[in-house]
Amino acid sequence: MSDLEVRSGHDEPIPNPGLQEHQYRPQDVDPKQARRTERQISAMFLVAAVLFVGFCAVYVFVDADETFLGWSAQNFGFGFTLGGALLLIGIGIIQWAKKLMGDHEIVEMRHSAASSAEDRTAVLADINAGLDESGIGRRPMIVRSLGVALGALGLPALFVLRDMGPLPYGHRNTVWKKGMRVVVDVTGEPIKPSDLRVGDLVNAEPAAFFETDDEGKPLFHGTELLQAKSKAAVIVVRMRPESIRPAKGRENWGIDGILAYSKICTHVGCPISLWEQQTHHLLCPCHQSTFDLADNGKVVFGPAHRPLPQLPLALDSEGYLIATRDFPEIVAPSYPRLAHDQKKLDEQA
Amino acid sequence: MSTSTDTEYTPIENTPAGRKLGGPVGWLDDRLGLAGAAKKNLRKVFPEHWSFMLGEIALWSFVVLLISGVFLTLWFQPSMSEVEYHGPYTPLNGLEMSQAYQSTLKISFEIRGGLLIRQVHHWAAALFVAAMLAHMLRVFFTGAYRKPREINWLIGVGLLSMGMVEGFAGYSLPDDLLSGTGLRFVDGLIRSIPIVGSYIEFFLFGGEFPGNEIIPRLYMAHILLLPALLLGLIGAHMLLLVYHKHTQWPGPGRTNDNVVGYPMLPVYAAKAGGFFFVVFGFTALMGAFLQINPVWAYGPYNPSEVTAGSQPDWYMGFSEGLVRIMPNWESTFFGLTWSWNVFIPGVGGLGLIFTSLALWPFIERWITGDQREHHLLERPRNAPTRTALGVAAMTAYGVGWAAGGNDIIATKFHSDIFTITWIFRFGFFIFPVIAFIVTRRICIGLQRADANRILHGYETGVLERSPEGGYSERHAPLPVTTQYTLTAHDRLPALEAPPETDANGVAAPGGRKAKLRQRLREFYFANALDKPTTHDVEHALEHLGDHDGHPVELGDDFQGVSEAGIPRVH
Repeated sequence: MSDLEVRSGHDEPIPNPGLQEHQYRPQDVDPKQARRTERQISAMFLVAAVLFVGFCAVYVFVDADETFLGWSAQNFGFGFTLGGALLLIGIGIIQWAKKLMGDHEIVEMRHSAASSAEDRTAVLADINAGLDESGIGRRPMIVRSLGVALGALGLPALFVLRDMGPLPYGHRNTVWKKGMRVVVDVTGEPIKPSDLRVGDLVNAEPAAFFETDDEGKPLFHGTELLQAKSKAAVIVVRMRPESIRPAKGRENWGIDGILAYSKICTHVGCPISLWEQQTHHLLCPCHQSTFDLADNGKVVFGPAHRPLPQLPLALDSEGYLIATRDFPEIVAPSYPRLAHDQKKLDEQA
Repeated sequence: MSTSTDTEYTPIENTPAGRKLGGPVGWLDDRLGLAGAAKKNLRKVFPEHWSFMLGEIALWSFVVLLISGVFLTLWFQPSMSEVEYHGPYTPLNGLEMSQAYQSTLKISFEIRGGLLIRQVHHWAAALFVAAMLAHMLRVFFTGAYRKPREINWLIGVGLLSMGMVEGFAGYSLPDDLLSGTGLRFVDGLIRSIPIVGSYIEFFLFGGEFPGNEIIPRLYMAHILLLPALLLGLIGAHMLLLVYHKHTQWPGPGRTNDNVVGYPMLPVYAAKAGGFFFVVFGFTALMGAFLQINPVWAYGPYNPSEVTAGSQPDWYMGFSEGLVRIMPNWESTFFGLTWSWNVFIPGVGGLGLIFTSLALWPFIERWITGDQREHHLLERPRNAPTRTALGVAAMTAYGVGWAAGGNDIIATKFHSDIFTITWIFRFGFFIFPVIAFIVTRRICIGLQRADANRILHGYETGVLERSPEGGYSERHAPLPVTTQYTLTAHDRLPALEAPPETDANGVAAPGGRKAKLRQRLREFYFANALDKPTTHDVEHALEHLGDHDGHPVELGDDFQGVSEAGIPRVH
């Protein structure tokens, strides 16, 4: 309470005029007005009841494929009746509270959030008695050993979580390997250089995704397919050969200006496919990292750090595009051991 | 407890309700003994102001989420097993998809009312976080978090952060292309955690992304773990609200020692209860008229596909934006890769927000040294530095949020995405500073305007011509209730510097800390205007009563003039 006294001791330029006189509402002084309000509120409740029945009528009589003003008639009917009825109930109750219930303001005194000094003293005394009787202060060994035991409880808790997943392994390899055909991602058709004009971009995948084993089952399906796709998806683009500036050792990775790059952004792994023909830039739709495909997939802008991995291409005997090897760089959003895995990959090559 | 008004009530035993209720109330009290608690709370007083409704919107949209969520669980299958789709939505026929996506399509197209409830659920989620944020801003800008409510503020920060995670877990469940892209981002974000990133990633996803586990696990978090925590925290939030009693705006008869308003039973209970139906009805109408998250249009998740303009739900926009404008810093040392480009904005951005939110009440208390209990709200203008800091933080948040849509801005306004990103990169640091300076100036200007209205009255609109031919406008004093309301706030404290040495000439202990605190105090109260003193007001009244040498007689009930020049009488 002392806080409050300090406060009021300040110089207050205008004294508190006190609670103002109660203002009467029309409903308080005019019984006719009050009855009218009562009727209005009851009408809202009754219309709400009718709307709820209407909801059931929509359920029975409106088919899923009917439309109303371009909306699904069912969704419109359900939402309109349900929402309208709920709003009417809510507004009705609030009107009742505002217009008809007593509106005399009540003053309640506040009390400091703290307990009384006696209560505090009593609690402290109790805690003290409890601590004293437990002998915590006198028996440090028992306390410490209990601490050790409770700390060790964390071990089973940690261990039992161990089987949430396998230990991480590197992302060094994808399903690409020497001689695998580059195929269109939707149809699985192999690609001939003549299928691509300058400026074209084709979303492609390794042919393995469309192959079956001896029993006719697909080699990859379900989660394995999604996991493999999230590393092996590529884009194939065709540029004018003279505009490409291949890095040393990459001169023969393309066919007449046709290059293949990983579709997986090196930032957080979104598939990239916004292709600017004129500038040879490839833009990631997620965070706008931009890579220059004429310049070895170099990062030109955005939050990605590593260049887009390139897949070396060649032609097979039938003239279709094939990979000459797996990606020489790691296809994945960065992870702590990426540098380590990349080094391994370089050593293999 | 409550000092009742002049109304006389019939003794309860003699009313029809009393005769009916007496039995059940007695039966319950024999077993639960709740009359003691009920006596205190049934007629508990709640003050009224429109801004107190924001938290209520959050509370009721959470209830709507629970109701609509239970409905959705009847059909949703949280499984990533692949199935082939055959159903009424023909464009997807024959496609491989997860059961989660298939069952979401089923809810949308085959369950009558399923689409509505799905949309109600999603809209209510967007509203839940929005209302929490608006409520938090209300509490911040009016200083309602001050002693004794700091713990409730912390609970609120917990609710906001968990509400966002809950929302993210929810919109990741349908396993459509958009939500899968969101999970792909989270996968990248988790990987970026230094040293242990890959471990956390493999454990959460049950192996390599996307794996088979993440949706069942998110489902558990979304319908069990997080709602239980949210519910517990909401309960604690409400209990503390009842215990502390709600804050109120100062005004005639409304002081720091009382609370003025309507009793819980019946008025407040009716208004709050009615408001639940309003919120539910509103979300139902949104579900009917405004499409949200049309998952069928995105198709099933496929890690090699994405749509341009992929955006998370609005409350994740800030994080998304920071990730977009972050420079591409990544370094390699100790044979490890350190992805600052993802880790700093992704983990650091939200971490910074929630840490500074949680610490602010304690930082402010340390700076001002204010140990008192505060139950009266402060107008934002009367705490210029706090208000300006709040607006600066909102600006930074806004820049991050807008940056989350930099591609949309670029395509809609036909501008260069790189330029826009650069503007946001600098703007994230510059705009908040500008906002701080401007806001503080506006607050101080408004304080001056208030002082002016008290000391010089308000413009009556009555023009006078002096015998010399000069025109002037009469000013009249404000109604005393308004004058009181305008001055019912704290005076500025005296800012004396701490002694550098103690009585014996020895350097005071903690001198550097005290000096820093003093500097922060000066910054906190800099240029703020104190309210007029009694002397100022007396002097002003004298002046107002004596207009150009002759007294102004406007009458006690004169309330100014309307635009048409007719005196308004209250």
